[in-house]
Amino acid sequence: MIFATAGTQLSFDRFAKIMDSISAEIEEDIIIQCPEKHYTPKSAKMVNFMNPDEYADIFAKARLIVAHAGIGTIVSAMQQNKPIIIFPRVAALGEHRNEHQLATARQMEKLGYAYVAYDEEQLRELVINPDLRPMHTISELASPSLIEAIRENIG
Amino acid sequence: MTGRHNTISTDSNGAKKKIFAVASFGGHWIELLQIARGLEPFYDIIYCTTNDKCAQMIPGHELHSISDFSRSNMWRIPKSLSKLMGMMKRIRPEAVITTGAAPGLMAIIAAKLCGIKTIWVDSVANAEHLSGSGKVARYIANHVYTQWPDIADGKSIIYKGSIFG
Repeated sequence: MIFATAGTQLSFDRFAKIMDSISAEIEEDIIIQCPEKHYTPKSAKMVNFMNPDEYADIFAKARLIVAHAGIGTIVSAMQQNKPIIIFPRVAALGEHRNEHQLATARQMEKLGYAYVAYDEEQLRELVINPDLRPMHTISELASPSLIEAIRENIG
Repeated sequence: MTGRHNTISTDSNGAKKKIFAVASFGGHWIELLQIARGLEPFYDIIYCTTNDKCAQMIPGHELHSISDFSRSNMWRIPKSLSKLMGMMKRIRPEAVITTGAAPGLMAIIAAKLCGIKTIWVDSVANAEHLSGSGKVARYIANHVYTQWPDIADGKSIIYKGSIFG
């Protein structure tokens, strides 16, 4: 199962439409979670919100995560050792307040931490690729050097 | 390992020092947990966020809630600020740490007004420049960290790593 998530705050119809059209072409189930939907999916299962338990359950069961460039989702995928494709929101298209998601996506791509798609064609190509692997795994802790510096500050 | 690495920080009464860790719910909260979990062995961490349904994410810790706000509902600011001031006076933490956003900034202001040490870790979601709240926080907080080396200036904005470990 592929879990496509756009967070809890803003609609992301462009993402939902693309994921739904890919769902019609592949056998694997796609579950889309996208707030304030205006778009009615034809193939994928789509919900606006999930409670935290339901979200955690679907996240854990998913083979592949496809998501907006939200830090919570990226961190969860890396902690659970799941491959993630990041599809950033574009403020120029009214999908967010500023272009920080594009910046996050570019950095993730540069660091080799995640798969990144900037348009429909790139996203489709990655989703249908059965060989995606987790690119970066993290623990539940920030860099030891950051924690140590903060401890020095606190005393 | 020597020095501070394995020592627990205590106050003059021998109790673990209290740290007030605050962030708005969502990505900021996840970032805060990545950092605060690393501090848990050494301090008594008291958490605060904008969603009171996430207590199971921090078992064994006190959780306080504050209302969320942004530029669109700034009328909530005075009430949040006075609530946070009340928490500071009651809890008397050694330091306040936050990853943002607006509620975190408010906590930094409340702590400053109460003479409590403040630490701002700018969200990793701001890879090209400090966040809007971070631009204000850098003039208020005692310590300001960015999670991207290019944003650090080596003086008032420090890079020491990120939530990605």
